[in-house]
Amino acid sequence: MSKAGLEHYLGEHPFFRGMRPKDLAWLAELAEPLALEVGDYLYREGDESKDFYLIQEGLVRLEIHTPGRGELVIQTLGPGEVLGWSVMLPETRKTFDARIFQATRLLAFDAAAVRKHSEEDHHFGYELCKRFSRVIGERLQATRLRLLDLYGQPH
Amino acid sequence: MVNPISYTPGQDPMQPRPFRVVRAIRETADVVTLELEAQSGPPLAFQPGQFTMLYVFGVGEVPISISGDPHKPARLVQTIRRVGLVTEALCKLGRGDVVGVRGPFGSHWPLEQARGGDVVIVAGGIGLPPLRPAIYHILHQRQDYGRVYLLYGARTPADLLFPEELKRWQHTLAHAPGASPVRVTVDRAEGGWDGAVGVVTSLIPVLPIDPLRTTALMVGPEVMMRFTISELRKRGIPEENLYLSMERNMKCAVGFCGHCQYGPHFICKDGPVLAFPRVRDWITRKEV
Ligand SMILES: Cc1cc2nc3c(=O)[nH]c(=O)nc-3n(C[C@H](O)[C@H](O)[C@H](O)COP(=O)(O)OP(=O)(O)OC[C@H]3O[C@@H](n4cnc5c(N)ncnc54)[C@H](O)[C@@H]3O)c2cc1C
Repeated sequence: MSKAGLEHYLGEHPFFRGMRPKDLAWLAELAEPLALEVGDYLYREGDESKDFYLIQEGLVRLEIHTPGRGELVIQTLGPGEVLGWSVMLPETRKTFDARIFQATRLLAFDAAAVRKHSEEDHHFGYELCKRFSRVIGERLQATRLRLLDLYGQPH
Repeated sequence: MVNPISYTPGQDPMQPRPFRVVRAIRETADVVTLELEAQSGPPLAFQPGQFTMLYVFGVGEVPISISGDPHKPARLVQTIRRVGLVTEALCKLGRGDVVGVRGPFGSHWPLEQARGGDVVIVAGGIGLPPLRPAIYHILHQRQDYGRVYLLYGARTPADLLFPEELKRWQHTLAHAPGASPVRVTVDRAEGGWDGAVGVVTSLIPVLPIDPLRTTALMVGPEVMMRFTISELRKRGIPEENLYLSMERNMKCAVGFCGHCQYGPHFICKDGPVLAFPRVRDWITRKEV
């Protein structure tokens, strides 16, 4: 995708929609396209949170290894979804493995660069924090719904 | 499509008709599908979304949605989850056993109105069977609808209903190659499962639809439907295009007894399928 094409793509994406053209241009410059195959790890538990990702195609599984039970799947993320909301916090480490379950194309954004730019340009940083807050809210709501075990037997 | 009738003409709606079980299919550990044939008289024509009252002699009677093909009414197909006394007795029935059937009752899915636009069908758990007749109808008249999606959430992979049909629908419901119209997610999975894990509502934000020309049909636990409505509204689908089936319990099924009163509505005769604006003021209240 050309740089102009990428800027347009980010501007249309529900996560970035509404950001200033100069912010979209900065992000398009930073974005690094990645292609991963089934079975690859995007990152592993304990890794430093180096990037955040925008999934364009494929399926990524967040897993945790539990002795005796193997890999437990926490959640899957697919096209259009954002992975890695913890990048706004410095020195965080990944708490799950992210494994590729269907061949995946994604855009990676360097976390240290995003944090540095956010410190220098608070408007940019605030816009991004609002968007990550929405992602965190959605994940929390989804977790609460699953805690309710809605499809379980009525008691 | 068969003619809509609220109950078999000439028949007392309070009087059960005997139907014989011709096939009992064990779908999962706690769900059974019964295929029934009338012992005498006409088969039971119905509209997608309608239900019957199934009576197990000597045990009791419960409302159960019809899960079969409205274009093949000769066999009455109903899918039942075992939760208590009557559903347990229904799930134990086998070939040759006889049940009493009243109905069909209730309102139906707005499939005529949905023509020409996109359709999003959202099912949670035992919510898929009441939507299956709508899917069959759309498949019969596939060219009349735009993009059609089935979003289906279940507890675990072992709880998924109709897995073979889900695979078939992935092709037959598609509006274009690679469209992926059937999107299934489970709350919990270990090994073996190669699909999505997460709540069904998380499938909505990324769905490629034309919101102003989309009709949504949903059945599932009420909490799931509330969150589903909220996500569909965020996508810009007009409220009057959101339809849900309210499966609160009922007794008489013909609007006499008041057992299923939900705000100003009687689920049995105004519902079970209702447009969201009709239940908006009631759906978050506890004591209705
Ligand atoms: C219009 C309509 C359509 C329905 N369609 C289907 C269907 O297609 N398949 C199916 O399996 N069930 C369906 N149901 C639900 C079904 O009628 C109930 O599960 C059944 O009445 C329970 O009777 P029981 O004697 O087995 O259990 P009970 O002993 O009466 O109850 C056992 C447990 O189930 C809970 N329960 C009972 N009824 C409901 C309900 N309506 N919703 C949630 N929890 C309930 C009770 O609170 C209790 O905890 C439908 C209900 C309605 C109103």
